[in-house]
Amino acid sequence: MTRDGNTNGNQGKDGIPRVNRPDDGVRRDAKLQSVRSANPDGRLPENILYFARTLRGAGMRVGPASIVDAVEAVRAAGISSREDFYWVLHSVLVNRREDHPVFDEAFRLFWRSRDLIEKMLQMFSPMAPARDREEEKKAGQQRVSESLFQGRENDKKTVEQPDIEINALMTASGKEVLRKKDFAQMTAEELARARLAMSDLVLPVNKVLTRRFAAVNKPVRIDPRRTLSTSLRSGGDLVLPKFKKHREIHPPVVVLTDISGSMADYSRIFLHFTHALMEQRRRVHAFTFGTRITNVTRQLRMKDPDEALMEATDSVQDWSGGTRIGATLHEFNLKWSRRVLGQGAVVLLITDGLEREQDDQLEREMDRLHRSCRRLIWLNPLLRFEGFQAKARGIRAMLPHVDEFRPVHSLDAIADLCVALSRPAGRRNDPRIWLDAMRAA
Amino acid sequence: MADKAKMPANIDETVALLEAGGYVSDRALATVLFLSLSMGRPLFLEGEAGVGKTEIAKVLSQTLGRKLIRLQCYEGLDINSAVYEWNYAAQMVEIRMREASGDTDRDAMESGVFSERFLIRRPLLQALEEQDGGAPILLIDELDRTDEAFEAFLLEILSDFQVTIPELGTIRAKEPPIVIITTNRTREIHDALKRRCLYHWVDYPDAEREMAIVKVKVPKAGEELSREIVAYVQKLREIDLFKNPGVAETLDWATALIELDMIALDPQTVSDTIGVLLKYQDDIARIQADEGQKILEQVKADVRAAG
Repeated sequence: MTRDGNTNGNQGKDGIPRVNRPDDGVRRDAKLQSVRSANPDGRLPENILYFARTLRGAGMRVGPASIVDAVEAVRAAGISSREDFYWVLHSVLVNRREDHPVFDEAFRLFWRSRDLIEKMLQMFSPMAPARDREEEKKAGQQRVSESLFQGRENDKKTVEQPDIEINALMTASGKEVLRKKDFAQMTAEELARARLAMSDLVLPVNKVLTRRFAAVNKPVRIDPRRTLSTSLRSGGDLVLPKFKKHREIHPPVVVLTDISGSMADYSRIFLHFTHALMEQRRRVHAFTFGTRITNVTRQLRMKDPDEALMEATDSVQDWSGGTRIGATLHEFNLKWSRRVLGQGAVVLLITDGLEREQDDQLEREMDRLHRSCRRLIWLNPLLRFEGFQAKARGIRAMLPHVDEFRPVHSLDAIADLCVALSRPAGRRNDPRIWLDAMRAA
Repeated sequence: MADKAKMPANIDETVALLEAGGYVSDRALATVLFLSLSMGRPLFLEGEAGVGKTEIAKVLSQTLGRKLIRLQCYEGLDINSAVYEWNYAAQMVEIRMREASGDTDRDAMESGVFSERFLIRRPLLQALEEQDGGAPILLIDELDRTDEAFEAFLLEILSDFQVTIPELGTIRAKEPPIVIITTNRTREIHDALKRRCLYHWVDYPDAEREMAIVKVKVPKAGEELSREIVAYVQKLREIDLFKNPGVAETLDWATALIELDMIALDPQTVSDTIGVLLKYQDDIARIQADEGQKILEQVKADVRAAG
């Protein structure tokens, strides 16, 4: 008897079918068979298998190969204590730092009962682990317990409808309001128009040179390797030079989107835009910020725009709440900038710049952000009001530290955004013009 | 260490092995290192700058008596400088020589020109070759500095320990090298590469371990000074600086203070030498204002209380 009572098989009964693909059960069972046959008299492989499934259910990416590795690792290490066992499994199953807490919690919940580990370690042999697991049901870390006790608790997520919200446009508040958001799905026509618009998109700093080479026919720079290997085709009689030049690629793009109350009307367009951008390019990172910063890159990578948006909105907790631009940028600079801005990224900052906090943190953090990226482009939807002036305090703090200030006059569709970004940078995009106008006024 | 050093047989021996090389490790690191050695898997070390990632490879090379082959990654690193390159000039001369002697048979020419004689071996290829004293240690340093294209290339080497050279065929290692990969996480490494490795996040050490490290690495530092230095650095790591000082900075600072003949910290010296510890002007300004003074007072009080 192993602990398959709760973790076994295809439990896609909670209405999230995409978690369990149809062939999953078959594949897993095949894997189970091979693990079993590897050690016919031991229950350890099976328990490790179920443990790995628990981890997978909790959102970690644990492939079948890692499970085999884990079993092999436990045998190789010949562990003697709980701590060693923990770290042996950790070293094989965890390969991102973020997964450590999930693993920790899962390990605690899964291996805690009835001296399970101790007995397992003693003999590497058949044993009966806990049978009645009902009483153990205690809330641990949310995701792990969801994975362990899948289908027991109903999803009680409440979704607030945007149409009953107070329209907070043009106001800024520092208060943290945590809420979820539900967007309308994308229509087929909208999707088609968005694709068309995206195909014309040319971002500022669209291409940069790399230090790698690509073969060309124009005489730029001699490529000795190709020259020699082709010359041998003619037996070395004819040595014709072959050429290469530096390859050009898109630089990485980091999109920072303001999702506070004052920007609520546009969040959907921005997220769709980011999703479409990710389809086109490889190195795009997306963050949302209101009162906290959330990395939604992985969620937006899903192919289907509606699915991606749903995943992203689920992971963001501060929809349409207050704005703390300075504090969230600080968090971004501290935790993320070194990880995502490393390769000369272009930062697209989408915000109205309405900051509530009255200190100089915003200016400091903008300065830091500006100095860690290749180009900082501020996209401000407030500019659709003619006669906009850089009066707000936050805007005045941010303007000196951006390279380009892009207006968006009307913003009903992704196409508008693409037009605003593709236009070559002119006088109007120079942040100093706005500052001068402000001082003159 | 003797050059016939044996591979550790369990985790305790791994800890001892590292200690013999002057590396104070925690249990987690020793576990993952032991597994990496016994399972023949590459070890993937991620962590902030200056926590001792590269040092592990150096210590291993020294204590196991293996040759250390280091590949420092940088943007634009390509196959020519990482794996192999042909000696073009010599190849040209060879072609001319053959022409002069009238030996222009195409196949003979091709196999003659693309033979091992004209092959320049770069670190990855060197690591697959036999060395005295056993398989070498291959250190792929700061992998995050190169681009994704290069990562994809490592996949073949890391899973099968072989390299394919179109003109020569596949070169396979008789005994797989011990591979250690480090990254500072300035970008995410692809999962496909991580999957082939054992992963470990190298964190800042706790006070106790950092104390042990200072004792081993800077033996000249007095008990009181080391205690204060470690406590001060640990406090700095708590206050949300842009860049926390690593272990390397702690050791540099301890050495600097000894050079200045200090036996205990005082506000003036801390302020004068803070550039050894912190490398960002914003952080330095913060500490040189009153925050540094507060921390120092607290550290002094704590050290006194601890005895």
